This record gives sequence, structure tokens and C-alpha cells, in this order.
Amino acid sequence: MLELLNVTAGYGSITALHGVSLRVEKGTIVTLVGANGAGKSTTLRAISGLLPVREGKVLFEGKELTNKRPHQIVACGLAHVPEGRMIFSNLTVLENLQMGAYLRRDRAGIASDQEFVLETFPRLRERTWQQAGTLSGGEQQMLAIGRALMGRPRCLMLDEPSLGIAPLLVKTIFEKIVQVNRELGLTVLLVEQNAHLALEVSQFGYVLETGRILLSDRSEHLKTNPAVQAAYLGA
Amino acid sequence: MNELLQQLINGLSLGAVYALIALGYTMVYGVLRFINFAHGDVFMVGAFTGMYFGRWLKPLAAAWPEWLFASTVLLVSMLSCAILGIVLERLAYKPLRERPRLTVLITAIGVSLLLEYAGQLVFGAAPRGFPSLITSSSISGIEGLHASNIQVIVLVVTALLLWGLHLVVMRTRLGLAMRALSLNPTAARLMGVNTNVVISFTFGIGSALAAAGAIFYASLYQAIDPFMGVLPGMKAFVAAVLGGIGSLPGAMVGGLILGVVETLVVGYSQLLGIPPGYRDAVAFVILILILLFKPSGLFGKTMREKV
Repeated sequence: MLELLNVTAGYGSITALHGVSLRVEKGTIVTLVGANGAGKSTTLRAISGLLPVREGKVLFEGKELTNKRPHQIVACGLAHVPEGRMIFSNLTVLENLQMGAYLRRDRAGIASDQEFVLETFPRLRERTWQQAGTLSGGEQQMLAIGRALMGRPRCLMLDEPSLGIAPLLVKTIFEKIVQVNRELGLTVLLVEQNAHLALEVSQFGYVLETGRILLSDRSEHLKTNPAVQAAYLGA
Repeated sequence: MNELLQQLINGLSLGAVYALIALGYTMVYGVLRFINFAHGDVFMVGAFTGMYFGRWLKPLAAAWPEWLFASTVLLVSMLSCAILGIVLERLAYKPLRERPRLTVLITAIGVSLLLEYAGQLVFGAAPRGFPSLITSSSISGIEGLHASNIQVIVLVVTALLLWGLHLVVMRTRLGLAMRALSLNPTAARLMGVNTNVVISFTFGIGSALAAAGAIFYASLYQAIDPFMGVLPGMKAFVAAVLGGIGSLPGAMVGGLILGVVETLVVGYSQLLGIPPGYRDAVAFVILILILLFKPSGLFGKTMREKV
């Protein structure tokens, strides 16, 4: 469904990705684990068009997305929940969700998806008229995911959904990620520092180190791989 | 008492003009985080467009009711300036989008000078008379209180324009995109917002409001020249800072306050012991005071990033 072929990208004179190739099969959860600065977020930014791809290709459902602009890439059905959540803090929860459906015109569909999001994240329903900036970190993450779902994407990219969130809410959020993956058949590409959690919910995983793919395997195999255990699982 | 009321009417109609210009500064700041110093000169172009178009239309529209003639001139001037604003952004600012803010700021000063001197070349340096769009008459209700019908019209039409702007920003899809873009450009792009479209739209609306301000200003003071945008532009910038740069209600209130204060200082110059010649200094004294005591302005929020 989503494929990267030898993608190189970077910031200024620094090359952050050195020819990254990966595949995300339809309906699966694939995770990208690695240390801080390994290039995980950079990979997502290159896919969603926030960062130019210098070499290589990004393919989504057979179409080439390489260096299209972010708004064109979202329109193709590929949503990106960025690191740090980036909710619109001065807009209400409801307006944030409306922004998620920005490119859609089907009012009935938007309304039913909004209902689905509020059903999935009941905490948001209690706060629909609140300014999003007043939500807790975990609630903001739920809002960021809900907002992305409002665009009815076919593939969802999540960047560090557990970052800075109370452990109890992390559990809830990961349950929801698995739930939408199953119920909507939504393909998920998950970037996560908490490798333990990420390998738990995913079917396939890539290990990224200093801008290169070091390992790729089924998640259950990666979990038992001694090198992965030593470096990322703290075993 | 009557004199105070009189000054308030004068001050509010001047403040309405400042508010209309200030909105353009604040809206552009909201989406691009830079001060478009050429905005005051777009205001000037608005006045000249109104003058030329008004003169051309007058004989053709001899049979039209006055309000129709005046609103046609107003709309044509607003539309022309909207196009001018959009074109300026595309040509001068868009190529610098990824550059440091300072580069864009200096470019804006360059665009400002370009418009002023091009204006001098095309329109001539001497002040020109602005055609009267509405026959002026005096409305005097209470004894000693005189408001011209033009002042009243300016206030009413400004109120309508502000209300329209409020609807556009709060109720439309593009308005929502504009607010989202000003809060978090990256997230707005990830939602599918085409930033170029929203930025053009913002420049268009801001410039149209400045043109409306220019038509009102020219109708109130009758004389226009290529440098007429400099001081009102600077003062409207102060008004935007006073209200809290980036805040729409702030720009409106800031403009009105500035107009009223400036008028009161002139009107009561003897009482206050400030020579009326200092009227233009008032805005800048206010600017210094805000920057010293409340840099975020009346409606501004101190930016605090929540991680």
C-alpha cells in the first residue's frame, strides 16, 4: 500500500535519511523503531511532503507521491499525526475535528465520522466546546488522532503517540489504534520510541539507525532478536 | 459635554479608518508572521483608484442614485486593491517564504517605497482633490453637535464590513483554514490546507479593507497624494500592536482607540498643554507605552508552547 524506495532526505547540509526503503501492507500495523535522531520522524515528514525527498521514491497505492505538496498527499488518503500532536490550541475540539475533514464536502459522511470519533474517544465528547489547548496531553493526542481520522484516510501515520503522556492513557491510546486498525481496516505506520509497546501492537517492524534501515522482520521475531532486545527493549 | 461628543464622533470616524487598515496588518501577521510595511501604500492606491474610477464613472452614472454610485466606487476600489495585494504577495513575498523573516520585512519596506514613488510618477506629487461620492450635509440633532453625513456613513459601513469579516473568518471553511494556519502552519498543511490559497485570500481581504479605509479617509479629508499612506499606515500598525498583533478584535478596538485619543489630544490641546502639531506623535507615544508595559497588546496572548 505504502512503499519507500531508497529515500534520501535531510535538513540543509545534513542528510538524515540515507536511502530508506520500506513497505507497509494494506490493513497492517507496521512500526518504525529506533533511538532519538535515528530518522523516524524524518521518514514520516518525507512521506507526507513536509520535507523534500532528495532521492528515491514514495509510492502510495501504486501512485507516486514523491515531492507532492502536503495538501495533495492528504488528499490521496494518507494522514500524518505529527510529533507533538500539533492540535490547534485556540480552536475548539469540534473545530479541530472540522479541520480534519477540511478536504471533504460530504456533510453526512463527515457527521457520521465525527460521531465515530467521539464514540471512540468519549473524553472528547465531554469537551467538544472546550478550547483544545486546555486538554491534557493524552486528550490532545486523542484529538490529534481523531482529527486525522476525520479525513477518512486509508493509511494513518502516527509519530510518537506515547510521548509525554500518562502511562494509563498511553494504554488507552494504543488500544484505540488497534481498534481502528481492525474496525476500519485502516493501515497504520507507527513511529514509536517505546519499542516494547510498538512491537506488541504491530505485525511488522523496521529498526532505523542513523538514517538507515538496520533490521526488518515480523514484530514477534524482532521482539526476540537479541540485538533489538539489547538496544531497544532494555533486556 | 457636547464638545466631547463632537470629538468622539470625529475620533471614531478616523479610528474606523485606522481599524480597517490595522486589520490587514494583523491578518497578514497571523498567517505569515511578518509586518507588511507596504500595506499603507496599498491604502494609497485604493484612494487613487477610487478617484480615477469615480471621475470616470460620474458622467456615466449621472442618473444613478448617489448610494449606488458611491458603493460602486467603493467596491471597484476594494476589488482592485485585493488583486494588487494578491499580486504583490505572489511577486515579492512568496519567493521569500522559506527565508528569514527579516528578509521579507526589508522587502516589504522596498515594496512600500516602490509603490510610493511609482505613485508619484503616475499620479503626480501634488495633492489631488478626491471627488465627492456623497453630497455632504450636516446632521445636527443636539445643539452645538455637528456630524457630517459622511462621518455617519463611514461608521455604519465600517461596522458592516467588520461584521462581514467576522462571518468570513468564523463561519466559512476558508476562514477556519486561516485561523488554523495562523495557529499551526504545519498542522494546517497536514489537514489539506493549501497555504498559498489561504495566504492569497488573506492578502486579498486585508487589501480590500485598506481600500475601503482609503475611500472613507479620502471622503473625510478630500485631498489625496502618493504619500498619504505613510502616516495612516504607521498609525494603523500601532493600532494593531495596541490591540495585540494577530488579533482581529484587537485591531478593530486598537484602531478606534487610536483615532479617538488622537482627536481628543488635538481637540483639547490647550487644556492638555500639548500643541496640536503633536497629533502624529500621539500614536508613537502609545506605541512606546505598549511596548514598555504590555507588549502583547490588549487582546494579545502571550505565546506559550505546550509540549
